[in-house]
Amino acid sequence: MDLQGFLFGAFIYLCAAVISAPIAKRLGLGSVLGYLMAGVIIGPSVLGFVGQEGADVMHFAEFGVIMMLFIVGLELQPEALWKLRRAIFGLGLLQVVGTAAAIGAAAMFFGLDWRAGLAVGLILAMSSTAIVLQSLAEKGTLKTPSGQSAFAVLLFQDIAVIPILALLPLLAIGHGAEAGHSTSLISEYPAWLQALCILGAVAIIIAAGRFIMQPLFRIIADTGTREIFVAFALLIVVGITQLMGLIGLSAALGTFLAGVVLADSEYRHELEMDLQPFKGLLLAVFFMAVGAGIDFSLFQTAPLTLLGLIAGFIAIKIIVMFALSLLFKHGKANASMLGFSLGQGGEFGFVLITFAAGLGLISVATSSMLVAMIALSMALAPLLMMLDQKLVQPIFSGVEEARESDMVDHSDTEVIIAGHGRFGMTIGRLLNAQGKRCVVLDHDASQVDVLRKFGFKVFYGDALRTDLLEAAGAKTAKILIIAIDEREKIDELITIAKMHFPHLELFVRAFDRAHAREIIQGGVTHVYREVFGSSMDLAKDALVGLGKHPYEATRAVKLFRQHDEDFLRKSAAITSDDKALVDLARISRAEIANVFRGDREDQPPASDSAWLDTDRGSKEV
Amino acid sequence: MKILLIHAHPKPSTSIAHTAMLKASRNVEGITHHDLYAAYPDFAIDVKHEQELLLAHDLIILQHPFYWYSTPAIIKEWQDVVLDYGWAYGPGGDKLHGKFWLSAISTGGDQALYGAKNRNRFSVAELLSPLNQTAHLCGMAFMEPFIIYGARRYTSGELAIACNEWENRLINLRDDKTDPMNHLAKGYDLPANFKKGST
Repeated sequence: MDLQGFLFGAFIYLCAAVISAPIAKRLGLGSVLGYLMAGVIIGPSVLGFVGQEGADVMHFAEFGVIMMLFIVGLELQPEALWKLRRAIFGLGLLQVVGTAAAIGAAAMFFGLDWRAGLAVGLILAMSSTAIVLQSLAEKGTLKTPSGQSAFAVLLFQDIAVIPILALLPLLAIGHGAEAGHSTSLISEYPAWLQALCILGAVAIIIAAGRFIMQPLFRIIADTGTREIFVAFALLIVVGITQLMGLIGLSAALGTFLAGVVLADSEYRHELEMDLQPFKGLLLAVFFMAVGAGIDFSLFQTAPLTLLGLIAGFIAIKIIVMFALSLLFKHGKANASMLGFSLGQGGEFGFVLITFAAGLGLISVATSSMLVAMIALSMALAPLLMMLDQKLVQPIFSGVEEARESDMVDHSDTEVIIAGHGRFGMTIGRLLNAQGKRCVVLDHDASQVDVLRKFGFKVFYGDALRTDLLEAAGAKTAKILIIAIDEREKIDELITIAKMHFPHLELFVRAFDRAHAREIIQGGVTHVYREVFGSSMDLAKDALVGLGKHPYEATRAVKLFRQHDEDFLRKSAAITSDDKALVDLARISRAEIANVFRGDREDQPPASDSAWLDTDRGSKEV
Repeated sequence: MKILLIHAHPKPSTSIAHTAMLKASRNVEGITHHDLYAAYPDFAIDVKHEQELLLAHDLIILQHPFYWYSTPAIIKEWQDVVLDYGWAYGPGGDKLHGKFWLSAISTGGDQALYGAKNRNRFSVAELLSPLNQTAHLCGMAFMEPFIIYGARRYTSGELAIACNEWENRLINLRDDKTDPMNHLAKGYDLPANFKKGST
C-alpha cells in the first residue's frame, strides 16, 4: 500500500469512527455496534471505500485485541486470576465442550460428517473477546461476578485455541487431507520439544516481567521522556506477539500473561494510560473491518438459510451458557446476562475457519457461510445484549432481587452509598464506625470481601439500576449518598432517585463549583464539592504555618466557607439564560470569574468582630 | 513545684495583657505552657491528654481574659469534659487532691468598677466563686488570683511592672521559695480531703 492509499484508508476509518461512535452512543447502542455499522457503510456492500485490503486491515486491527488482553492482564493481579480458576477451567471448559458438541450435532443433522461437524462446533463455540469485554467495560459490569465469569470463559476460549489448532489436523488426517500446514517455527519439532519450547517461552515472559522489566522501567522513567515510555510499552506488546508467533502460541494469551505479571508493578497505571488510546483505536478499526467484511451476497442467494443458521447457533450458544451458568450457581438473571453476552461468534473463529479450510476439513462454501455467520452474529452482539437487558432481565429481576433481599434483611437500612471510591469510602467508614446501617453500591468487585467482613452490605453493579437500588433498600432508607466519580452518572442518579424514590434525602458529591451550581438548581440541598473541604483544610493549616493562631485560622476558614456557600447558592438562584455556555469548561471559567468578582464586591470577611478588644465592644469586663 | 500554665484567648493577635504575661511566664524555665484554643480549635478536647498533663503537675494556672465575668468558652468546655466524675470528684475522684489552682486574669474594667455599690456590683473574688468552688470540690487549694485590671489603659511601663511581678511570683513558686499555703484566696477553707502533695 502506498502512502497516499494508506492515508486515504486512515482518513476513511477515522472519519467513520468519529461520526459513528457519537451517534451510536447518543442512540444508546454502545460504540461497538456503531463501529460495526460504520464498517458496513464504508465497506464493499454500501459505499465501497474500503474492503479490498480487508484481510490486511483485519490482521493489523487484531493487534487491538492483543493489546486489550494485555491491559486486561494489567488490571488483574495474579491472586485475582487464581480466584477465577474455577470459572476458567470449569465454566470455560464446559462452555467450549458443550457448545461444540451441541452445534456439532446440529451440523451433522444438516449433513456434515462428524469431523467437519466437530470443527464447525469448535469454530462457533468461540465468542468475541473484543466485543464482550468492550461492552461490559462500557456498561461498568466487567468487575461484577457475572462479568468476571464472562471474562473467565473468554479467557479459556483464548487458551483453547491452541489445543484446537493442534486437534484440527488430527481430525483432518482421517478426512484424507494434507495435514502439513505449518503454523510456526517449531511445528517441525517432536511434540515434547514443542511443549518444552512453549513452557520456555512462558517462563521467559514471567521471568522478564518479574526481574528485567522493573529496572528497565525505572531507567526509562528517569529519562522523563514520555514518548520513550510509550514506545517501550508498545515494544513489550509487539515483542511478545513476535515471540508467541515463533512458537505458534496465541499472542493474546502471551500478552495477557505479561500483563498479569506486570499487574503488581508500580508502572502499571502508566502502561495502561499509554496503551489505552492505541487499544481503543485499533479495536475500532477491528470492528469496522468486521463490519466491512460481511459478505452480503449470501443475503441474496440464500437469505433464509443464512438467517436461520445464525439464529440457530446463537440460540444454542445462549442456551448452553445459560444452563452452565445455572449449574455454576449464578442466578437466573446473571445466567441470562452471560448467555446473551457470549452468544455471538468470535474473532478466533475466523482464524480457525481459515485453518480448517486449509486442511480441507470444511468446504469453501461452508467456510464462507461460517464467516458470514460469525461476522453477522458479531454485528448482532450488541443488540443481543440490549435484548437481554430490556426484555429478559425484567422477567428475572423481580424473582431474583426478591430472593436476594430475603437473604439480606434491608428493612433497617438507613443510608445507601452509591459509589465506594476514594470519596464514598471515607463516608462509609465514618458512618459505619457510628453504627449506621449502610448499604454500598459499587461496581468494583475487589472490595467486596473486605467490606462484607466489616459488616458492610455491598451490592455490585450500576447504581443507576432502579431494581438494584430497590434491592439495596431504597424504599425504606432515609438517605441516599451519591458519591460516584462520574459527573454524568451523578446527574442521572439524581434524576432516577427523584423519580422513583422521592422520599430519599439526597447528599450529593459535585465535581466542581459549576457542577454544584447545576445540582443546586436541580433542587438538591446537600451538595458537596469533592475537593472543597480538603482545600479549606490545607488553607487553614497554611495560615497556621504563616503564624496565625490555630483558632483564629479555623474561624477565618469557617467564615470564608460560609461566604462561599452563600455566594454559590445566591448565584445558583440566578438561572443563567446564556444558552451559549454549553461547554462545561467555559461554564467553569465563567463561574471562576464570577467567584473572584464576588470576592471583590462582597468581601469575604478576613476576620470577625467577636472579641473585638476595644473599650466599647469587648466582652472582657 | 511543677507548674502547668493553661491559657486561653480566642484572639491572641489582638490581646495585649495576655501576650505580655505569656512573654513573662515563658522566661521562667520549667513551666509547661498549654494553649487550649491552639490545641483544640474545633473544641474537640483530648480528655486523656489533659488529665495526664494535670497529673504531672502540682500547680495549675488558668490564664484568660475575664469575659462576661467568667472564662472564655473553651475553659468552660475544658472543665466540663476534663474534670470528670470519678476522676476529679465523686467516688474515687481524687486525682487532683492536694494540687493548687491559680487563676490569672485580665479584666476590661478598672478595679474601681468592681465591688458592692459599683457598676459591676461584685468583687472579682466574688465573681470567681464558681472556679473557687470547682477547685474546692476537686480537693484543690484555690490561691489568691493574679489580676490585671483594665489592662487596656496600662502604659507600657505599667504593664512591664505588672508582668515583672508575675514573673517573680512564678519563679518563687517554682523554686518553692514562697509557701503557696500562705497565698490562698482570702477566706478559703481548705477542703477536708486536702493534703499538700498527697498525690
